[in-house]
Amino acid sequence: MKHESYLMLILAVFGAIIAFIFWAVGLNRSYVTMTSGGTVMLAAFCLLGLLPGAYYLWWSRHMTRRAEDDPGATPASDAGSIVGVFPSSSIWPFVLGGAALLVALSLVFGFWTATLGFALAVSALIGVIVESRRGSVH
Amino acid sequence: MTLIAERPALVGHPEEEHGPTGILKWITSTDHKVIGKSYMITSLAFFCLAGIFAVLMRTQLASPDNTIVSQHTYNELFTMHGSLMLYLFAGPFAFGGLANFFVPLQIGAPDMAFPRLNALSYWLYLGGGTTMVLGFFTVGGAADFGWVAYAPLSDAVNSPGAGPDMWIVALVLTGFSAIFTGVNIITTVFYLRAPGLTMFRMPVFTWNMMVTGLLILIAFPVLTAAVVMLWCDRHLGTHIYTVSGGGVPVLWQNLFWFFGHPEVYILALPYFGMVTEVLPVFSRKPVFGYRGLVFATISIAALSTSVWAHHMFTTGVVLLPFFSLLSYLIAVPTGLKFFNWIGTMWRGSLKFDTPMLFAIGFLVVFLFGGVTGIFLASPPIDFAVHDTYFVVAHFHEVLFGSAVFAGFAGFYYWYPKMFGRMMRESLGKASFWFMFVGFWVTFLPQYLLGLHGMPRRIAEYSASTGWTTLNRISTVGAYLLFIAVAIMLVNVYVSWRRPIQAPANPWDGHTLEWATSSPPPHHNFYRLPPIRSERPVWDYNHPEHTVHKYEEERRAKRDGTPVPAPSGAAAGEGGAGEP
Repeated sequence: MKHESYLMLILAVFGAIIAFIFWAVGLNRSYVTMTSGGTVMLAAFCLLGLLPGAYYLWWSRHMTRRAEDDPGATPASDAGSIVGVFPSSSIWPFVLGGAALLVALSLVFGFWTATLGFALAVSALIGVIVESRRGSVH
Repeated sequence: MTLIAERPALVGHPEEEHGPTGILKWITSTDHKVIGKSYMITSLAFFCLAGIFAVLMRTQLASPDNTIVSQHTYNELFTMHGSLMLYLFAGPFAFGGLANFFVPLQIGAPDMAFPRLNALSYWLYLGGGTTMVLGFFTVGGAADFGWVAYAPLSDAVNSPGAGPDMWIVALVLTGFSAIFTGVNIITTVFYLRAPGLTMFRMPVFTWNMMVTGLLILIAFPVLTAAVVMLWCDRHLGTHIYTVSGGGVPVLWQNLFWFFGHPEVYILALPYFGMVTEVLPVFSRKPVFGYRGLVFATISIAALSTSVWAHHMFTTGVVLLPFFSLLSYLIAVPTGLKFFNWIGTMWRGSLKFDTPMLFAIGFLVVFLFGGVTGIFLASPPIDFAVHDTYFVVAHFHEVLFGSAVFAGFAGFYYWYPKMFGRMMRESLGKASFWFMFVGFWVTFLPQYLLGLHGMPRRIAEYSASTGWTTLNRISTVGAYLLFIAVAIMLVNVYVSWRRPIQAPANPWDGHTLEWATSSPPPHHNFYRLPPIRSERPVWDYNHPEHTVHKYEEERRAKRDGTPVPAPSGAAAGEGGAGEP
């Protein structure tokens, strides 16, 4: 987990440095409103690396080393552990995608498509929750 | 051989026979391989459509004062050509298609981390893409303000109608699709790697896809916010990008390019990864400078976030030295990659199969595009050639080089794994040569046209400008490119009608996807070879040539300890048997 956190933190450090330089170089320019927008976006880029990176770093110090971080591990190393639940099929992503499309199309065709879309989205939400509780369809 | 089936206690592992069949099977599938293939087929359809637009435009420009299409139609054509190619082909083909299919395979995972989110990403992409194309059927026609939608031109007065709104909706939907896929790939790489597959043993393709995922998370939210604000300007009477209400039109460019430049690398890095997979396999060598390639990828990604305003040099409201310097800096890691690619081929035993030809084609083409990119990073030159065909030629060399040359290299390389059948080599090579020649015939004249002052995005020019000959040559090249793509489609058709069964490992590949059958079974692996380097399958098949063995011997010599027995790490833990 350490390398993952370092990757994020490298990006965060780069973002912090570049945001500072950009802000400092842009001071006293006639177009300072333009540079302030860029500074905000670069600062957000720094946070995007910092938040998950710091969390991973903290977590990597509190966990036992995972088999995928152990260069000497064999495929049998984590035998029996559950890596995840992987459903084979589910109709709800399709329904939710259609719902999102209808909601977005309301920007073009007016509010009526959004009402349909929200109804579909709610049904997809219920469907996916029920499906996860019951165990996925095989 | 250790069975991976013992490793994950998978819920829902039994084969799919109990599931739905027919079209419902496709609609409900959350298998990353099915979704990856759907992405690929959809994006290739958009690619062909956008290619037809390009041929139409080149036909229009073949003669001065031509009237094959009207000026308005021409505007729609170049807008939709750019939008389809950039938003709906180049990104989704690599990041939704090949990454979806091969990242889990390359890291030994049974699926993506969030299979249902993955399916949702595809449906958002399909819905968004279709919406964008359907803009043609609205009263005012499709969006016609260029794929960059600069602000005063894209407002409600200059671009009225539903077409531009559908373009905005499409960007919102495909933007969310990209963000979800980005989250999915990063999580998959962080949490689902096989035992022993440390971060620095991941194939460079997977590395690049993960870094691309991070770039997507940085860039796409800005685009989504920017287009929603554009919609508000168009419909709710806000004045974010309009001077009349106190807004700033250039703000659109600032926001758009903060997305737009990382986007160029979102489109390039995945293709760099594909080339880095193809070159070592067909050179029969390990990749040269693995860590250098990884760090170059990370530094390209980091630098790409802070060069956006080199697209805005001529606006007069950007820090020229800052953006110029950082743009130059990107040439350093990119150059490093080039040396590593050449080093990979250097003294290898090269095999010139179709994927290798396309990969070498990419190197040549992208180098040319990259060098002219360095010209353009210099403000004095940029002021002279801004908005001319010089820029058009430059970015086509970069993007056609990566998305088509490298993309087809990846497509030909992985086609046997995806579909379990081989492509025909003769047709593949014919396709390559048509494309390579056609490419230069199309785009070299455009550099000259740009230097002669021909502006982008014009539907007509007068014969007195003297641009006719060069334009005509360029049009001939465009037809050659059209033929090249047609041959590729014929190749796919032939492989479909008269299949040649693909073996599990037709190219003697290096990475884990070649350890499973072609096409892979549901949940990918029944067993995995031991992972001791970044090319576990090669180590397994060629225990006498493993890199890590040399490293161990070197370490043993240095430390004065006995050299490990030959039957050591490579095949030892796995034992005998087929992988």
